[in-house]
Amino acid sequence: MRLEYFQLIDRIIDLNLNDLTIRVEANVPTDSTIFEGHFPGRPLMPGVLLVEAMAQASGWLIIGRTRFKKMPFLAALKEVKLRTFVTPGQALLVSAKIMHEGSGFAITEAEVKVDGKMVCNADITFRVVDFPPGDFASHMHEVSKRIAFPMESVNHG
Amino acid sequence: MPSTFDTVANIIAETCDIPRDTITPESHAIDDLGIDSLDFLDIAFAIDKAFGIKLPLEQWTQEVNDGKATTEQYFVLKNLCARIDDLVAAKGK
Repeated sequence: MRLEYFQLIDRIIDLNLNDLTIRVEANVPTDSTIFEGHFPGRPLMPGVLLVEAMAQASGWLIIGRTRFKKMPFLAALKEVKLRTFVTPGQALLVSAKIMHEGSGFAITEAEVKVDGKMVCNADITFRVVDFPPGDFASHMHEVSKRIAFPMESVNHG
Repeated sequence: MPSTFDTVANIIAETCDIPRDTITPESHAIDDLGIDSLDFLDIAFAIDKAFGIKLPLEQWTQEVNDGKATTEQYFVLKNLCARIDDLVAAKGK
């Protein structure tokens, strides 16, 4: 993770376009300016960033599902539960599953585990739209390389 | 078995916290009931699940934006219900 750059996930472990699931590694850094304020002397991974990690994992699943034709944008959160503190240095396993694909939107269930224990989960709604014009799509392709997006699953799935 | 309208009206009432008795077949979801596009996603999700269909919201929005259809054709509830019935019937073919 590079929290300051909103890079909340590190590597896609598994993308299954038949089951509509994704699993992602996300390692909380030991140092970040964010921990200076959240909180002084008691660094904690902000809950909103855990939500963002679940949203990003879900988003890559939707991008894979649409074969890089559509871009998901976070629209709504339901049943968000931040179950326990997450601290610097912890290794997160983020999982998501598409529960519904509507016309122009999608809904996922996502969760984060640490050492096999669920630390947070949420139901997430995305608007799913054509990629904005300009460099947006090529930027996302670049990011996909950094997180080891399994392009073969899109090309051959 | 409840009518399509009753099912849709109940979904809207529950999803948007709108009194059920204010929702009529003549109600326009946007203009009369004040449902915004985000709330309508929740409604579409519930309708998709309840009827086993996929409301073609993207197509409808495009038609309205292109001037080929009016919002009344899709978002006045009696018209919305007719579209739902059409989609359910098409699913069975």
